[in-house]
Amino acid sequence: MDLYEYQGRDLFERHGLPVLAGGVATTPEEARAIAERLGGRVVVKAQVKVGGRGKAGGVKLAEGPEETVARATDILGMDIKGHTVHKVMITVTADVAEEYYFSYLLDRANRTFLCIASVAGGMDIEQVAAETPEKVVKAPIDANTGVDEAKAREIVSAAGFPAEVADQVVEVAVKLWQAFVAEDATLVEVNPLATTKDGKLLLLDAKVSLDENAAFRHPDHEALVDQASVDPLEQAAKEKDLNYVKLDGEVGIIGNGAGLVMSTLDVVAYAGERHGGVKPANFLDIGGGASAAVMANGLEIVLSDPSVKSVFVNVFGGITACDAVANGIVQALSLLEQRGEQVTKPLVVRLDGNNAEAGRAILDGANNPLIERVDTMDGAADRAAELAAAGV
Amino acid sequence: MAIWLTKDSKVIVQGMTGSEGSKHTRRMLAAGTNVVGGTNPRKAGQTVDFDGTALPVFATVADAMKETGADVTVIFVPPQFTKAAVIEAIDAGIDLAVVITEGVPVHDTAAFWAYNVAKGERTRIIGPNCPGIASPGASNAGIIPADITGSGRIGLVSKSGTLTYQMMYELRDIGFSTCVGIGGDPIIGTTHIDALAAFEADPETDAIVMIGEIGGDAEERAAEFIKANVTKPVVGYIAGFTAPPGKTMGHAGAIISGSAGTADAKKAALEAVGVKVGKTPTETAKLMREIMSGR
Repeated sequence: MDLYEYQGRDLFERHGLPVLAGGVATTPEEARAIAERLGGRVVVKAQVKVGGRGKAGGVKLAEGPEETVARATDILGMDIKGHTVHKVMITVTADVAEEYYFSYLLDRANRTFLCIASVAGGMDIEQVAAETPEKVVKAPIDANTGVDEAKAREIVSAAGFPAEVADQVVEVAVKLWQAFVAEDATLVEVNPLATTKDGKLLLLDAKVSLDENAAFRHPDHEALVDQASVDPLEQAAKEKDLNYVKLDGEVGIIGNGAGLVMSTLDVVAYAGERHGGVKPANFLDIGGGASAAVMANGLEIVLSDPSVKSVFVNVFGGITACDAVANGIVQALSLLEQRGEQVTKPLVVRLDGNNAEAGRAILDGANNPLIERVDTMDGAADRAAELAAAGV
Repeated sequence: MAIWLTKDSKVIVQGMTGSEGSKHTRRMLAAGTNVVGGTNPRKAGQTVDFDGTALPVFATVADAMKETGADVTVIFVPPQFTKAAVIEAIDAGIDLAVVITEGVPVHDTAAFWAYNVAKGERTRIIGPNCPGIASPGASNAGIIPADITGSGRIGLVSKSGTLTYQMMYELRDIGFSTCVGIGGDPIIGTTHIDALAAFEADPETDAIVMIGEIGGDAEERAAEFIKANVTKPVVGYIAGFTAPPGKTMGHAGAIISGSAGTADAKKAALEAVGVKVGKTPTETAKLMREIMSGR
């Protein structure tokens, strides 16, 4: 889960890291109250999970509460690269002297964590790394020994931080690592990490990603989910413990296993090239179990997407037997009818693997005109795309 | 002979008395796996009956190894306890630990992996969040269905579970030496490269199928490895060509971030080193069929 800048700033503050005083507002009036509390000149920053806010006009200075209201009014509701601004962060300003870069992140390739630090901060670090790699230090961090003062000093010296800020950077490096571990983060990025003209070190931006697998030890992380930006169908699916991602196409997809469902999306997209350019409408992994109730919940979610014109149910019976899946599909359709849902979209079903013959016989025996059985994955994808194209 | 798991492997189950653990212990036994016991400190000294096979419960992995000579452990404990379970297995010095558990925090995986590295990588770890490893006809450690395919001379390594089964099914008439599901998490113990190296060295494997998916750069690194080290034919498949950036597709590691991790980039990297990449699982199976029919 990626956090907004203001959530990252709050998280840093809770872990004793030096950040600018500020607050977050969803209306110009809330922005005024924050500006009054802070006093003097403030920065109004659009809260969107995308880069390039400044260039898009989403970051403005304001002198006092009145101007803050005006700037917040301009920025709230603004569209930045397809993201609507629902919140602005208001902070006091800093008299910046130098801008550095500092981050901790997951290093998948080396199966560990990595610290990236540079005295050339404030700009695109990938560009700095590409053009002047000597200015960027990448230090692997052992997950078990972490970053203590000695390790931090090693990084700070390798990156060439000036002597007058070295002690402060060391302190920030250690505390930031502690926050990274304590919060089960997969990324904490500070760009810029800045010094002010009076020599104080400040974390002026916050990019933080948290590991959703660790939610069981962070009940407080649930509150960081931005309900306003969650797709309503994705929200409904989550409440039913279904792994659903909304996409932009017309062919509803239900399958078991993340890899097989991803593969199903691809196969349907290829088939769509032959049938009017229809595309997959969603990703939905119903997991290993695939009981009638789970299948009914899945079908309900997929069918409640108005852009869906046909549904492709692609199941490989591994541990789950296909006869159970077939019964699940048949029962799911009658369950939906009992719930008052009028199912009118055609279902193309492909069953293979464990007890496939019995499963296919159950589908055939159900005599439901909405269910069409095709026995290969590629063939079923083609038929589902064809039906979606005809229904568009 | 297969890789890492053979008919001589002696398997224990950490979490054997739990619901998933007992269900799959029964399945592994039915598949002919030599399961010799399990662990649960609160039930040590008891035995559990699996359709007529009584298996002893030990307090620790070390006890189980001492009493039974076990060299493989399959871990089914919940995510909260997975890190401790893997560290216990590493401390006991077991050869192979297969971590089935899904939803393990990545800091925990990073921690047990770093611990394993510090101990000299005595233990091979497969997973977490993986279906396990199966050498058809010989042994099965994990949750891969045993009846999809028989033994043969194709090696399979995959990030995905059901996609692995699909590929085993497509090529069931030819058969497999070993099928390894390495899991789709951001940090995993055994990589594509580890499996490729083992299959290259295995005299009972003639060709290799490699299944990847979006996210990270494991497939790109595997391509470099193939170029320098693999002489056996390799066929590839990548899932997620149409996945949009920024959306996690089921596996915690399956996300395209920025320009990195796309299926197109992975396909290009593999094809550049002579690996034939199929557009669909069926087409991929066809490519492998062509290779095997020439033998």
